[in-house]
Amino acid sequence: MNICFWFAVLAIAAVEPPDGNALLARVDANIGSNGKVIVSEMIIQGRRGGRSVRTMSWVSGTDRAFTEYLAPERERGTKMLKLGDRLWTYSPQSDRTISISGHMLRQSVAGSDLSYEDMMEDPKLTNLYSAEVVGPDSVGDRPAWLLELKARAEGVAYQRRRLWVDRERDLILREERLSAAGRLLKTMEVLSVGRYEGRWLADRAVFRDALREGGGTEIRIDSIAFDVVIPEHIFSTASLRR
Amino acid sequence: MLAFLAKGLLRDRSRSLFPLLTVAVGVSLCVLLDAYIRGARDGILRTTASFVSGHVRVTTRAAAREGVGASNELALLDAAALQDELERDHPGVDWTPRIRFGGLLDVPDSAGRTRAQTPIAGMAVDLAPDGPERRILNLEQALVSGRLPEAPDEVLVAAELARRLELGPGDRLTLVSSTMHGAMAVHNFILAGTVRFGITAMDRAAMLAPIEGIRPALDMADAADEILGFLPRFQYDDREAARLAAAFNTGRGEGDDEFAAEMNTLRTASGLGGMMDLIDYASALIVGLFVVAMSVVLWNAGLMGSLRRYGEIGIRLALGEPKGAVYRALLAESLLIGLVGSALGTLVGLGFSYYLQEVGFNIAGMMQDATMVMDDVIRARIAPPSYIVGFLPGLLATFAGAAISGLGVYRRQTASLAKEFSG
Repeated sequence: MNICFWFAVLAIAAVEPPDGNALLARVDANIGSNGKVIVSEMIIQGRRGGRSVRTMSWVSGTDRAFTEYLAPERERGTKMLKLGDRLWTYSPQSDRTISISGHMLRQSVAGSDLSYEDMMEDPKLTNLYSAEVVGPDSVGDRPAWLLELKARAEGVAYQRRRLWVDRERDLILREERLSAAGRLLKTMEVLSVGRYEGRWLADRAVFRDALREGGGTEIRIDSIAFDVVIPEHIFSTASLRR
Repeated sequence: MLAFLAKGLLRDRSRSLFPLLTVAVGVSLCVLLDAYIRGARDGILRTTASFVSGHVRVTTRAAAREGVGASNELALLDAAALQDELERDHPGVDWTPRIRFGGLLDVPDSAGRTRAQTPIAGMAVDLAPDGPERRILNLEQALVSGRLPEAPDEVLVAAELARRLELGPGDRLTLVSSTMHGAMAVHNFILAGTVRFGITAMDRAAMLAPIEGIRPALDMADAADEILGFLPRFQYDDREAARLAAAFNTGRGEGDDEFAAEMNTLRTASGLGGMMDLIDYASALIVGLFVVAMSVVLWNAGLMGSLRRYGEIGIRLALGEPKGAVYRALLAESLLIGLVGSALGTLVGLGFSYYLQEVGFNIAGMMQDATMVMDDVIRARIAPPSYIVGFLPGLLATFAGAAISGLGVYRRQTASLAKEFSG
């Protein structure tokens, strides 16, 4: 028993930590795709109870995304379009297309623990951060590398991040988003993972805004398709009112 | 005797003029400061009650803990039933529900695209013509253009905000906010009119909407962030408010239900308790400091007078007048000076106070970045205490000054008087 334990310890110690930026590039590559179509559900736990929002998203590269709310009834037909650093939302109740900018970007999306700023963020982390491996760690029964990320520029919403990346699957299992001063702002924890078109992806994860009370926001991916050819007209303001 | 002393004071102005002017100036300052502090305190209380907390404020416990900026998620549910209960139990108090909301005001162009956008601080109130809010918020007088809302989808915005966004009555605008559950709320309204409250924090970014129009927009059916209570004649009475709150809170929402209703007074709900105490203490402190400072000045004046009247007092003592009689005569003189100076100072102080009561002192320039809900014009208020607040201390200070400086009479040696005169 003792010999096995020490062999295990030595085996862990013998694993050479990878280069942080290279590991981060592998994480980006795992989720990156030219065209993705995702159907997901957000379950938001507020102080007065939970509610869920179902959406369908078309994502092209890192700077174009179109999302349509499918449920609940009050929000059905609400659409959001991201084109580069611009964001519009269309509300069928008011038949208005509104440009979201400035301080509104910090507001919560549909009452969740995610903000519009989170949605606007470049999903390719290597574009925003430089990474350094702090050391080996684990999340649940999965061995992981703990990565410390520092923003390359000042305008990035989270100046620092700590990622726990699955050593075999290049998948983020846990994340802490921090301010420049080290104040915890948001956390993400993967609840379950699945294999989709040969990639390991988190299909259930819970986000928590550390600055507000509530039970967090769980995101469940119902379906995801990679390398889908998405018609160009989807990513236009005209499609918001369609 | 008094007539004799009065004649002396009138004929020898150097004996009376300086002390009299000193007392008059001090008393008038005391009256003015007292009236000004009272006016400022009343103004802060009035605007805080009208726009922030009422005289008493009913919210959920969670919202009370988070203060006026609490999220709509913590609103009171079944607000109509709660308001009915409050009206039944406390019929003399005006009860009115309010919803506060933030967000963006988006102004569309002719094609419906965003032409202008700005953050707003919104308040939804019961704008019914027979409701108390029009009076509480002084809306008829605050209206700058257009008219007051008559339909649920009509709103008022601050005149300055309307000017910046180039908005006029009849224009369409869209509120982008959050529902009670946190979802995005986008709702169209029509601008009925523009208002100016004379409160920089409100006039910068205020939007005022009928509560029946905001409730569907923010998914807050029969909900309200707060139900405010206003005591009869709009007079805040801390003890009465505390009594109301204690009666309401007793036995309500036992346990740790953070959504149970809780009543707080203006003092606790607005966080003004400390400030109110400070203002009250400041009045007493000013009068106290005035008495001490004036006593010192008049003591000094008395000493100078004694020096100047060194010869006169010496002759009076040499002629056989007892030291006690001389001392009492000095005290009587000081009382006469105190009476006349205090009366004069009170009149002058009341005059300045009246001017500040009617015209006020405009501090809008200092309030550009202020977030405190406070009138831009601070006015003094003359009240019965204004008539005596300076008078009695003026009299006391003159008397104390003379009493201290006059003790010098007892230090004069009658045996050496002849030598002093021969020198």
